[in-house]
Amino acid sequence: MSQMNMIQAVRSALDVMMHKDPTVIILGQDVGYFGGVFRCTDGLQEKYGEHRVIDAPIAEGGIIGSAIGIGVNGLRPVAEIQFADYIYPGLDQIISELARLRYRSGGEFFSPVTVRAPCGGGIRGGQTHSQSPEALFTHLSGVKTVMPSSPYDAKGLLISAIESDDPVIFFEPKRIYNGPFDGDPNKPAVPWSKHPGGEVPEDYYSIPLGKAEVVEEGDDLTIITYGTMVHVAQAAVHKAGISADVIDVRSLVPLDVETLKTSVEKTGRCLITHEASRFGGYGAELVATVQEECFWHLQAPIERVAGWETPYPHAFEWDYFPAQDRIIASIQKIMEAV
Amino acid sequence: MTPKSRLHIPQPSARPGDAPDFSYLSLSDAGAVARPDSDTPASQIENLASDLVRVLDDDGIAQGEWVPDLTTDQLLEALRMMLLTRQFDARMQRAQRQGKISFYMQSLGEEAISIAQGMALEPGDMMFPSYRNQGLFIIRGTSLVDLMCQCLSNTRDMCKGRQMPIMYHNKQANLFSVSGNLATQYPHAVGWAMASAIKGEEHIASAWVGDGSTAEADFHYALTFAAVYQAPVILNVVNNQWAISTFQGFAGGERRSFAARGLGLGIPGVRVDGNDLLAVYAVTQWAAQRARQGGGPTLIEHVTYRGGAHSTSDDPSRYRPKNEWDAFPLGDPVMRLKQHLVNTGYWSDEQHAALEEELKTFVNEAWKEAVTYGTMTEGPRLDVRVMFDDVYAEVPPHLERQRQQLLALREQSE
Repeated sequence: MSQMNMIQAVRSALDVMMHKDPTVIILGQDVGYFGGVFRCTDGLQEKYGEHRVIDAPIAEGGIIGSAIGIGVNGLRPVAEIQFADYIYPGLDQIISELARLRYRSGGEFFSPVTVRAPCGGGIRGGQTHSQSPEALFTHLSGVKTVMPSSPYDAKGLLISAIESDDPVIFFEPKRIYNGPFDGDPNKPAVPWSKHPGGEVPEDYYSIPLGKAEVVEEGDDLTIITYGTMVHVAQAAVHKAGISADVIDVRSLVPLDVETLKTSVEKTGRCLITHEASRFGGYGAELVATVQEECFWHLQAPIERVAGWETPYPHAFEWDYFPAQDRIIASIQKIMEAV
Repeated sequence: MTPKSRLHIPQPSARPGDAPDFSYLSLSDAGAVARPDSDTPASQIENLASDLVRVLDDDGIAQGEWVPDLTTDQLLEALRMMLLTRQFDARMQRAQRQGKISFYMQSLGEEAISIAQGMALEPGDMMFPSYRNQGLFIIRGTSLVDLMCQCLSNTRDMCKGRQMPIMYHNKQANLFSVSGNLATQYPHAVGWAMASAIKGEEHIASAWVGDGSTAEADFHYALTFAAVYQAPVILNVVNNQWAISTFQGFAGGERRSFAARGLGLGIPGVRVDGNDLLAVYAVTQWAAQRARQGGGPTLIEHVTYRGGAHSTSDDPSRYRPKNEWDAFPLGDPVMRLKQHLVNTGYWSDEQHAALEEELKTFVNEAWKEAVTYGTMTEGPRLDVRVMFDDVYAEVPPHLERQRQQLLALREQSE
């Protein structure tokens, strides 16, 4: 075991997989000599060579499109998109090609591409460096969508993503790259070394895709969330002084319905929270799933706390961010319902 | 008066009722263009992007330095494959008109490109076809029955009923899955070629798009990546003058050739007579050799003409002269190879007519077999359960649940 932040954990996953499987290669802007703007590939080109850690032109559609071809030719590409906000030029390649290649070719062709993209706000990134576009991808048939909330999960899930013969969109919440964040920007930063999720084995291990984790157990309420909001939700629960299950879904597609169901049947109350804006967000799918599976166990309407339906504003970052106060207000509403 | 800016709307040289006019096409005489060594630096051969490499002259005589090393048997086989493609197209076009298949796209007039390139490339080279490259599937030995069953979406459909007609693939023969989204295969080919180079293999990739699709971002991504990494890839633009109703000027072909699109990136461009099987073969061999010896990508523009409608849903008489193909200065690729073989004494009108009959029968026999596996209206049907397979490598629980829901509904209604 060592102490790692999420950047080191991502790097460790890439390193372990490149060492274990010579077909794994990395492609992306600034990933090679420089080691990535967030340092996730630092040292890997030196270790594995320029043919396996490849700096790419500034063309996300070209990065994803060529990664598909690389994957069809027997290699296992991990494409880095520098910010999730920049992934859109690659959408046609993801939606029309990567997601459907296996299906449309009767199961004969596939391309096991992993697309890594730092996402989320809280870093003064304004509307072009703060987005959480996961719902665009969870709507697709044929890709898996993953978002970890700790270094330990990041490494184990990224290894599973790379090993998967299905394409995986792997979102890394960049606000928690260096430490867990409870939603209060005025508090001193907490490093991952103070959190159990920062304990990461140096060697190979994997966490299966499609399994949620109950990160905190309680009796009165179920909070379903992922990414940075896992930590914000936990802090809100403690502040509100209630006993709640906090579930980190980790894998948005495929979704671990059983874990959600078991919890909501136990607590009878459910709150869903994510950073992405609310309308048509992934939370809507979670609400629908809980309603379908657990309607007769519910004692209160399901609450949803999400980003406002505006672009992510630079000056009003902390008004936009669904912080503890908004979660606590919703918790109170749910708990007061008869 | 100070001049004002004007929005230029490209206009084709002729519309319905006008006399066809191909004076805009810049042509070279057969044999006039010199053949450089395949390792010549791109900057020294920029003329190839504006000249037109031609081998067969108007009398069917092979001329000049680009005459390829092809035996008479190979040429006869090429003729046979072009004719087979044409007969296959004609039969499938009729099947669509009879309501047996939903849609079809002919390659009429463009057969030489797929057949010549299929012959010039090695079996281990990977092909990323567009939707009008059925000749590649035929030359690489895909059975006509398999192609027909794909168009029929029947019980033997390679795509398991998931794709419109003509979206074939043949993994064993190194033919990638045809996409309905245009030019997306271009970066795939470059990526495939990059992987080949990373692995130190000698296989190259080749991809095809039409003149219209060169406007897509993927075309430009692919050229950039191919140039940056010097990927061993041949990028083909089949300039058949028409993208449904818009002539090639709407893809930016009015002022410079499509072959010249690569010059700014240092990619050699070669403009070739796409209706001249010998010239297409020679140019492809040149580009393949260049790629295999580390010379990187080549962009080939094949100048040809779309002899038929864009698809069975299109009516070209509404936007171009009906007799435009007859006036096309590069003629019909089948007739030109036939003329060459007749000239050399190895072929005759009688033999040609007999071959056409033989292939027509062959295609009809294949069709008879294909329909025994089902059509859209009759015969065996695909099991609907396959709808939920292959979305992922393994069927996840939510899809298995949906499959069971559908099956329960079907059982109730029976």
